Amino acid sequence: MSSSPVLNAREPSGPIEKRWEDYKFHTKLVNPANKRKYDILVVGSGLAGAAAAATLGELGYNVRCFCYQDSPRRAHSIAAQGGINAAKNYQNDGDSIHRLFYDTVKGGDFRARESNVHRLAEISVNIIDQAVAQGVPFGREYGGLLDNRSFGGTQVSRTFYARGQTGQQLLIGAYQALEKMVHAGNVKMHPRTEMLDLVVIDGVARGIVTRDLVSGKIETHLGHAVVLATGGYSNVFFLSTNAMGCNTTAIWRAYKRGAFFANPCYTQIHPTCIPVKGDYQSKLTLMSESLRNIGRVWSPARTGDKRAALQIPEAERDYFLERKYPSFGNLVPRDVASRNAKHAFDDGRGAEGMEAVYLDFRDAIARDGKPAIEAKYGNLFQMYEKITAEDPYSVPMKIYPAPHYTMGGLWVDYSLMSTIPGLFVAGEANFSDHGANRLGASALMQGLADGYFVLPQTIGGYLASGGLNKVSTDHPQAQQTQRDVEAQLEKLLGKRGGETIDSFHRRLGRIMWNQCGMARNREGLLGAIEDIRALRERYWATVSVTGSQGSLNQVLERAGRVADFLELGELMCRDALTREESCGGHFREEHQTAGGEAQRDDERFCHVAAWQYQGDEATPNRHIEPLSFESVKLVQRSYE
Amino acid sequence: MNLTLHVWRQADRRSGGAFATYEARDISEHMSFLEMLDVVNEGLEARGEAPIAFDHDCREGICGACSLQINGVPHGPDKGTTTCQLHMRSFRDGDTLVIEPFRAKPFPVLRDLVVDRGAFDRIIEAGGYISVRTGQAQDANSTPVNKQDADEAFSYAACIGCGACVAACKNASASLFTAAKISHLGLLPQGQPERHQRVLSMVAQMDLEGFGSCTNQYECEAACPKEISVSAIARMNRDFVVASLRGR
Repeated sequence: MSSSPVLNAREPSGPIEKRWEDYKFHTKLVNPANKRKYDILVVGSGLAGAAAAATLGELGYNVRCFCYQDSPRRAHSIAAQGGINAAKNYQNDGDSIHRLFYDTVKGGDFRARESNVHRLAEISVNIIDQAVAQGVPFGREYGGLLDNRSFGGTQVSRTFYARGQTGQQLLIGAYQALEKMVHAGNVKMHPRTEMLDLVVIDGVARGIVTRDLVSGKIETHLGHAVVLATGGYSNVFFLSTNAMGCNTTAIWRAYKRGAFFANPCYTQIHPTCIPVKGDYQSKLTLMSESLRNIGRVWSPARTGDKRAALQIPEAERDYFLERKYPSFGNLVPRDVASRNAKHAFDDGRGAEGMEAVYLDFRDAIARDGKPAIEAKYGNLFQMYEKITAEDPYSVPMKIYPAPHYTMGGLWVDYSLMSTIPGLFVAGEANFSDHGANRLGASALMQGLADGYFVLPQTIGGYLASGGLNKVSTDHPQAQQTQRDVEAQLEKLLGKRGGETIDSFHRRLGRIMWNQCGMARNREGLLGAIEDIRALRERYWATVSVTGSQGSLNQVLERAGRVADFLELGELMCRDALTREESCGGHFREEHQTAGGEAQRDDERFCHVAAWQYQGDEATPNRHIEPLSFESVKLVQRSYE
Repeated sequence: MNLTLHVWRQADRRSGGAFATYEARDISEHMSFLEMLDVVNEGLEARGEAPIAFDHDCREGICGACSLQINGVPHGPDKGTTTCQLHMRSFRDGDTLVIEPFRAKPFPVLRDLVVDRGAFDRIIEAGGYISVRTGQAQDANSTPVNKQDADEAFSYAACIGCGACVAACKNASASLFTAAKISHLGLLPQGQPERHQRVLSMVAQMDLEGFGSCTNQYECEAACPKEISVSAIARMNRDFVVASLRGR
């Protein structure tokens, strides 16, 4: 393994606090009158996509924004519950930009790029200002000022929230800014439109091929830059907290056109989800991490104790997070909480014998009273009751770890540009800021930082450097890409093998969960790669895809997405196999401390791994970007 | 449990539609309503038939994609619940269910149970925002907001834009949707400068889209999965009168 010259992050040098400022100062600018001559294609309308499209529109660029949903307001950022971090230090509890930066680097188990994380921490404060100015109704104190709560992996209260609907309120803010630009004519919105391929001309990203999900029309859109803000790929596990439509197709097809895929094995298993009920289950529902502010996590202390929660006396309960991590208690980071929950039920100490542990609000209700809890968390309690028919005010919640977020994604440099010039990647779709584990309330922060504040600067710099010829849809490369898309759809629609798409997706999910989930080992991963290859072969032989191309066809939509997941799953296992260390959410059983914590190997793996596509059945090339830590000390992560 | 479903099937926007009957067998009471439809659909798919198209995404009751008129009621029988959060324990073995798309002229059917709610986006586009360029904002705590106002604004901001209010209204009025946004922004100090222009533009767009008028039946409030209060409509009407008298 050697460092490849391709993976130059192009970070500015100098003191870390000055890098973003220096970068902005040295970036070329586009004259206001010239901005309207540039077409920018933004794929995805979540926090990153909507914020980028709105802001680029405000600057005067010609923006086209695409989403598969019927309205940009429905992107999955909307489901984020608990909050958004910002280093405002409104609580006077010792917070600072440097502390948010440090917590995030440490939370990611020292596998993120320092310069990016520092920029994120700097921008965090502007995001809150922006959102409040837009009318986002954050929680407030009686004095009229903004309130905060705490999230995992930190010892300060820096999380801003809007009850349990923070993502919804932030997304609606960005959506409204976007609609204003649609009205102004600077942004053209394409809802119910899915990107199916990337058009690369002379090595530069110049457009996308899309399918209109209502009419089936295939179209090529060309522009001067392409932004992918298409979210994460947790649905590779079939069951995850992601929305049903979340998929990897945009970034996967960009990968196949030459964009490197970084750290695909870094996935986040969220500790507090509602347990699986049956085979028919279509998705998992998260209970916000913010509930760990008031809830205490426990399991029966004795192996084989299957009694109902209320029948287990206090002395026979094991508050295992408080016991093992006295300084962070129930607010340890997600990877640590999930792993410990897994230890409990692997050891026969699951709630009622299930793969679950308890999240108990008894003490908080006794201390603060039910109305106070209701005011802050009422909608989450209500959601839990609707799904489980149990009242969490009187019976502890049962919680279960579930795939939630993917830290991996397309590799990007400091300007958020991928290895294909002109292709920018933002939000969860890129690999950037969270290393091997994301801290709670940091996803909203990153999506909005990328969209509102980073991309509008860096794309300007890219366009101002010039050198882009005029291209048209007659270009042979554009035509070939569109033909490739049409051929794949035709191939799928010819399938009448009798097996349903979901049955394949479920099988893939089971392989991924068992072998590439919360714990991984060499043997399991090697087996998983073989199993996925066999499943993929079977998919193309025996799947059934009904309906036609020229109409609204949800089967065809799923068929393409699952085909991509069947390829991505293999790359995730390959990445997990090659990274012979444990870090954050990537836990290789062969590499753990005596206490069962993740054991990093900084000698061999203090780097980003980025994979380069070499053909469908060929092994991809692994490139590395070495990570150097100048502002924080590389230490064994501890929350004890 | 076993149920009989009468489901609206329609090929596309221009075609006529009709009810088709399906049996849903061995349904668990723990399934969500949409998981029950998934089971029916997987059966159809396995037989090579086109599954029933319906909009859905987050399945957590927050994205607003799911719709469905179930036995004549938008989002079905449970109060304050979206279709995706409705569970089969709300029904009984042997029940017959009539499942239709949301019915309103401004929401044309695209296929089966899928409708086009783009009119809602255009109402927001007409003025449902506070104009602030990215990077212009002052410190977030420089404008304190009375907690009561902030909480009330939040209760209107909770709208998920699903369209149940329109589907429940005999006039297909979008008043609750439009008024919720006007009230959310109008209650906050940041929303004051554009308050009058906003109500005039949004109401004009609502009328232009072909939504009917409000005749105070409160069906919208009863159907709203987020239980948004009709007092929003009173606020909208008050703002509209003031704005009209002031001539903007």
